[in-house]
Amino acid sequence: MEIDPFIFRLSIFILSIFIGYYVVWSVTPSLHTPLMSVTNAISSVIIVGAIIAALSGASDSIFNTSSIFGFIAIVLAAINIFGGFLVTQRMLQMYKKKKDKKK
Amino acid sequence: MISANLSAIFYLVSGILFILALRGLSSPDTSRQGNYFGIAGMIIAIVVTFLSIGNFSTSLIYVIIFLVIGGAIGAFIAFRIPMTAMPELVAGFHSLVGLAAVFVAISAFLNPEAFNLGSVSDIKLASLIEMSIGAAVGAITFSGSIIAFLKLRGIMSGAPITFSGQHILNLILGIGIFVLIFYLCKTQSSNIFWTVIIISFLVGVLLIIPIGGADMPVVISMLNSYSGWAAAGIGFTLENTALIITGALVGSSGAILSYIMCKAMNRSFVSVILGGFGADNSSDNKKENKDQKPVKSGNAEDAAFLMKNASSVIIVPGYGMAVAQAQHALREMVDKLKKNDIKVTYAIHPVAGRMPGHMNVLLAEANVPYDEVFELEDINNDFANSDVAFVIGANDVTNPVAKTDPKSPIFGMPVLDVEKCKSVLFVKRSLSPGYAGIDNELFYKDNTLMLFADAKKMTEDIVKNLD
Repeated sequence: MEIDPFIFRLSIFILSIFIGYYVVWSVTPSLHTPLMSVTNAISSVIIVGAIIAALSGASDSIFNTSSIFGFIAIVLAAINIFGGFLVTQRMLQMYKKKKDKKK
Repeated sequence: MISANLSAIFYLVSGILFILALRGLSSPDTSRQGNYFGIAGMIIAIVVTFLSIGNFSTSLIYVIIFLVIGGAIGAFIAFRIPMTAMPELVAGFHSLVGLAAVFVAISAFLNPEAFNLGSVSDIKLASLIEMSIGAAVGAITFSGSIIAFLKLRGIMSGAPITFSGQHILNLILGIGIFVLIFYLCKTQSSNIFWTVIIISFLVGVLLIIPIGGADMPVVISMLNSYSGWAAAGIGFTLENTALIITGALVGSSGAILSYIMCKAMNRSFVSVILGGFGADNSSDNKKENKDQKPVKSGNAEDAAFLMKNASSVIIVPGYGMAVAQAQHALREMVDKLKKNDIKVTYAIHPVAGRMPGHMNVLLAEANVPYDEVFELEDINNDFANSDVAFVIGANDVTNPVAKTDPKSPIFGMPVLDVEKCKSVLFVKRSLSPGYAGIDNELFYKDNTLMLFADAKKMTEDIVKNLD
């Protein structure tokens, strides 16, 4: 009997939770704010769904009810992707080590 | 057009890059590289999606236009946002992820053919369950984050809003969602689908309104987690590995942060969710004996004198520092002290600020090197060997009551052992209690000198007096 592909996806899902668990525990507490903004950015990979949704209306008309939801979702996710990664970058640039500079 | 197998492999690659992005955050040195991994993962995911659809008609141009519009808005926000507003920003971004999940689910429901999920009113059962769960969690994330945003922004009062029967109502609505999803699977009715979404929006609002301002670090982490689960739900619907991996990562990340925050406040997750903290009316009887207890107060000159003659100073910043925007003045003060060969370090409590790691970002923005900033467990033993503790904008996290009085609502919460310092300088506007609504015993200790002023102004005055 063949295994349902859903089971494979479920396996990936559960293993990823474990990876997430161990990876996130190793994140230094001083970087918890960048952690939140970067997780925000990567969860916007949901944009792939939005793109599929937006392109679905192409055969008859570009804008139908279903694709309009897709287009709006693209904008929302894109705000998050650019905003999330850039603000993370901006924060990380600020974390500097002590320099033994002489004033 | 690339084959489904090839694109699945690329999605896996982008999932792995996202894991590396989080891994990079284990140290500030590797974090920037980690962020680039994250960006690379996102680009791969988007490009592969374009290629796998293989539809290069005019609609593609619109997709790119909308992408650029969103990207421009996002970039604009990212560059303009002040670091003190990070909690609001993150809450706002969570709401967008939630809403995007809802919209993708709606789109998939209206046009399942495009997603290979069957046809209208004959959607595959598993897909229907996945998309409705994704939509429900997304909707809760959206409305919950909006409330969190409004509270953090101060548009809505941070005070908990509670009414009788609240928890029962939430429970009924929660069960209602599951019952409706069950009927949705039986009937494929679009009306039920819309009802599920509307009820979920309502649940999001009801979940967050009873939670008080001091619990915001938990709320933000929790919503972070929800946004991940929503993405994972959509990932199952779209059979997309990148989304499933990412959703799981973000979901567990938010859950761990919530756990850390709860532990730092010695509160159970359930009690935070049930809310109402800080609304106790027990503070009234404490006010009476407060007036009788003697408090030593001083001015900037006294503070400068004390610090100048110290050999080591520990700074304890809190949310009040962020509100007063005192971090730059503080840095100036520290620079002066260091010139006098005084050792200065910073002690940060996990729940200082309104989100995990908030204080660290603010100090980093003020050019404080991160290796001078220590977490609670790393620095707590140093207070006994230090001359001066400078508490600026923190309150409850320094309250010795948490260690001594089992009746106190914050008993058992890990606190900074500030009182063990030879002398304590406590910058505060008044003697009013903090968010927990309890009096801080530290105010009345013999070695405490209260500096009643705005944090920024006081720090600036101290700087002048240090010359």
